[in-house]
Amino acid sequence: MKLKRKFAAALLCIMAVFTIYPAGVAEATEVSTYTYNYDVWENECESPDAYTPTHFITGEQLGTKEFRAPQGMYIRGDRIYVVDTGNNRIVEIQVQGKEMSIVREIAEFYGDAEVTTFNTPNDVFVAVNGDFYIADTENQRVVHLDNDLNLVKLITQPSDATVDQTLSFLPTKIVADRAGRAFVLVRNVNKGFMEFEADGEFIGYIGANQVVFKMADYIKRLLSTQEQRNRMDSFTPTEYNNLYIDGNGFVYCTTAVFEEWAVMNGDAKPIRKLNSLGSDILIRNGVIPPVGDAQWDNVAGMNGPSRLVDITAFDNEMYFAIDRIRGRIFAYDEQGNLLYAFGGPGNMLGYFQNPVALDHMGEDLYVLDSASGGITRFQLTDYGMLIRDALELYKLGKYEESAEYWEEVLKMNANYDLAFNGIGRSLLRQKDYTGAMQYFKVKYYTRNYSRAWKYYREDWVENNIGYVIAVLIVLIIVPSIVKTVKKVKREALEEHEHELKLSRKGK
Amino acid sequence: MNMNLNLAEKVNKQAAQKLLKSLRYSLYVITHPFDGFWDLTHEKRGSLAAAHILVALTFMTNLWSLRYTSIIFNQVLWDKINIWRQILGILGPLIIYCAANWCLTTLFDGKGRFTDIYIGTAYALTPYILIENIVTIVSNVLTREEGAFLGYFENLALVWCGFLILASVMQIHDYSLGKAIFAIIASVAGMMIIVFLLMLFFSLITDGIAYFVSIYKEIVFRVY
Repeated sequence: MKLKRKFAAALLCIMAVFTIYPAGVAEATEVSTYTYNYDVWENECESPDAYTPTHFITGEQLGTKEFRAPQGMYIRGDRIYVVDTGNNRIVEIQVQGKEMSIVREIAEFYGDAEVTTFNTPNDVFVAVNGDFYIADTENQRVVHLDNDLNLVKLITQPSDATVDQTLSFLPTKIVADRAGRAFVLVRNVNKGFMEFEADGEFIGYIGANQVVFKMADYIKRLLSTQEQRNRMDSFTPTEYNNLYIDGNGFVYCTTAVFEEWAVMNGDAKPIRKLNSLGSDILIRNGVIPPVGDAQWDNVAGMNGPSRLVDITAFDNEMYFAIDRIRGRIFAYDEQGNLLYAFGGPGNMLGYFQNPVALDHMGEDLYVLDSASGGITRFQLTDYGMLIRDALELYKLGKYEESAEYWEEVLKMNANYDLAFNGIGRSLLRQKDYTGAMQYFKVKYYTRNYSRAWKYYREDWVENNIGYVIAVLIVLIIVPSIVKTVKKVKREALEEHEHELKLSRKGK
Repeated sequence: MNMNLNLAEKVNKQAAQKLLKSLRYSLYVITHPFDGFWDLTHEKRGSLAAAHILVALTFMTNLWSLRYTSIIFNQVLWDKINIWRQILGILGPLIIYCAANWCLTTLFDGKGRFTDIYIGTAYALTPYILIENIVTIVSNVLTREEGAFLGYFENLALVWCGFLILASVMQIHDYSLGKAIFAIIASVAGMMIIVFLLMLFFSLITDGIAYFVSIYKEIVFRVY
């Protein structure tokens, strides 16, 4: 009886072990907050909201037709310009505090043109003087209007030799700088943006990838047949999908054409900042390069890395980019550090189905959703303001005040790596090297830690130079003294023995 | 009684001295590998105890370098570190290598016994112990820019160890250079086979037990 019970117990134990064993629960990294961030190990960290969605408004709520598949949005002053692609019009909306009202609908213009309406316009840009630049895609032109909708000029297919005349001219995105030069993103063109002079003359391409000679590619070409080589040529190097011009005339642009494996090693560069020469001058000092998500899983039809489709930049050089796949907005500072990410897929307030455009009015963010045909407005929270102020104060050289703001940020979010870095940096400026090292060490900011350590070491050597020299002297001189003493002793001994021998002989 | 104690003390002292001598011999081996490895086993200049100490020092060095290297050069996510896995990561390959090497060399008229192979390999790890510890200490003085060459020293240690293992195979088994290289490559292949067999064995055992468990469940269902 007893034996039986023991046997049963043992069996039960074994069974228990085997039933528990395969049920090892995978560690879930899913965050439950709306806003999140990444730590140095690329783990998602929960975060308080830096931006909070306040409004969602559709065309009908504004008192007009519903937007049909709108593709573009531009904000200048207190006006929002929505490109209602499906309805071939541009809607100008005025924002007054919480209220939004329609100013006018632009469906045709005045002037000397064959067609004075739009056909599937994709983007609008409004210059400082109120001029409109409209990418009138299916009419194969860019329309430049003054603020009273009188035609200034039309930009059409340039008759330049570098432009493939067999392809249609399909402008999709446009910006212009203060001098009136227009940068046009044209579908099917993979040499970068087309740049046009103020009088409409084609200047050339800007922002194409630099062609880098690769030995591996050369060998591959040597080994492949003519047919394979032809196929290789059709590989398209650069295809941007959006651009934004900031107050200083730098063009921020996004691209979604890159290999998945190139995302985390920094080769992908989905966000670029072009200077007037077309070279990429974006600073990428962050722990994670500015690529959107650092980790992703492939569920519910949302596959692969973030595909950023629009970008906007503040005057303080903070910039925001929006991901089409998962409907997330990523905020970066001028150094390329990810400040926070928020948003998601869905149809609640603050979630998106197919976000296509992102712009800002002051510090409010506006997102245009093509699928729901609505505009979502985001406002900065106290937490977001603390981060903004801390960054700006540091930029102004007020390191101590900046550190105070970072302390406040840490009170709200102890996982915020940048706050540790910020406090560390201001301590470093105040020459508190050990304090700075402590802060950098917690979040593995090794570059800054190394700098703090360098200064600390200099100080240490300066303060202890006496001891250092003393130790060196001891190390160098003492052995030589010992050596000479030994030598003298040996010589004395030898002499003594010699004398002894002599004295023996003498006997 | 008293005399016995004295004798025991003397024997202990002699043993300790012998151990120290055989440990110190590792420094000779790494600088004179061919001569050193020959005497190590043939002249009994090395000892099993010293080999154990060297192996222990190797994985202690590994842990020390994890713990004490400056964070400028080595960032460790401590949540993901398992000390037993770290130790096993060194001990496992070492034992499996010795086993694979012994299996092969006994077939291809190698002269060494299993202990000889183990002692030889353990002594060949000495440069890693020396260099890695120095690198760990020095890393705490240097800045990021100055420490760029530390990696080269670590590589140097590994190359040195690899060369010593080659020399140990040559001298312990009395092989020519070509035969030693072949023996090492074959040992690596053998290691893979051993790992494969181990995995096979364990998965079979698990499946076997699962089979009996399911039979038991079935019976329980039928009977009651």
